[in-house]
Amino acid sequence: MTIADLEHQLGCKPLVPYEDAPLTGAYTSDLLSDVMAHAPEDGLLITLQGHKNTVACASLAGVKAIVLAGLRDAPDDMLQAARSEGIAVFVSPLRQFDLSWKVAVLLGLAKP
Amino acid sequence: MIPIDPNASPSALLELIYRLKVKDIMTDTLTTARKDTTLRQIQTLMRENKVSGVPIVDDRRLVGMISVDDIIRALDQGYIDSTAELHMSRQLVVLEDDMPVSFGISSFEKYKFGRFPVINKARELVGIVTSRDITSGLLMEMNRSLEEMERVLNLQSVPEPAGQVKRVFVVQQFDYENAGRASTELKKILNSRGIDRALQRRAAVASYELEMNLVNHSLGGRLIFHIDDDSARIEAVDQGPGIPDIAKAMTEGFSTANDWIRSLGFGAGMGLPNTKRVSDDFDLQSTVGKGTRVKAVIHLKPAEAS
Repeated sequence: MTIADLEHQLGCKPLVPYEDAPLTGAYTSDLLSDVMAHAPEDGLLITLQGHKNTVACASLAGVKAIVLAGLRDAPDDMLQAARSEGIAVFVSPLRQFDLSWKVAVLLGLAKP
Repeated sequence: MIPIDPNASPSALLELIYRLKVKDIMTDTLTTARKDTTLRQIQTLMRENKVSGVPIVDDRRLVGMISVDDIIRALDQGYIDSTAELHMSRQLVVLEDDMPVSFGISSFEKYKFGRFPVINKARELVGIVTSRDITSGLLMEMNRSLEEMERVLNLQSVPEPAGQVKRVFVVQQFDYENAGRASTELKKILNSRGIDRALQRRAAVASYELEMNLVNHSLGGRLIFHIDDDSARIEAVDQGPGIPDIAKAMTEGFSTANDWIRSLGFGAGMGLPNTKRVSDDFDLQSTVGKGTRVKAVIHLKPAEAS
């Protein structure tokens, strides 16, 4: 699975320009300490936390892309931070569980 | 009027008011009038140029001064159409452009004028000084000095002992705007040293948790990194409030964070346990009312990496 699959396979809307890259795994959490501890390097983060600190945390954890589930808003300063850190940010109308399952299918971890 | 006591102020400020010259802080775009200018014209000049005193010049020589008080008196007593020559103050206190600013400050204390004309060696009018000019001049100069100090400090920190890096970051309480900046810097340093990604991650976790603890819980503090070939040592030192029950604070899930800290995704009670888990050495000392000092060390030598 790559970052572009989020847009083309799962209908996530990109909020910043991104460079496509493989995603090694994914993690779903709204607790940033939990993300720091367990999100996979070069992976995807599915979260409801639409703010600048999510980007800082993602950058430190080596997360490549963030999807804000349930159409959560992304403030401008979050997107600006994402651009400068080179982290892709998407928004999806899907809820966290449904989106996580679809991502798991693309990662080959679950059956459709 | 000017709240600076030339006898009892910090030496850096005293040095500044002696070093700065009147010409450094004066306004040199002048609104002037001549002896035959009417007071009504001068009133217009004052309004249009937003000044409260107009020097009267004969060529470039200063001959008098009309202040807003003179205009009010003229309006009151009905001679607003008469000329400046008849009503200007002739007993003038002037400053010289080469005098130190300290001299200007004492003049404001001594004479209750709102402004002083400034003349040069040739006795020509070259500027005007108000107490506002002195305040803003000092502020600008202090700003410039501080920038210079910061630049010099940065330069000094560049040539570090081979293989050793020390960085200090000031972290403010509730500063979510800059939160994570110090830890990002640590990760960049480790990355530039070719440290294994898993080790970088562990150092980033420890640093980020300690940084967020400073932001979420402390009254402000510092995050200090010591990096050499063997280890990355991360220290978080704060000025309070201190941790009443350290055992509880080290328990996963225990947090004193309020609702709005939690709404940002912090305060899960995982910070200190996470930090300890990723560290090879971990130490926490805290005194209620004084502050907390946390030390986390990550070994960077491959043999010691776990």
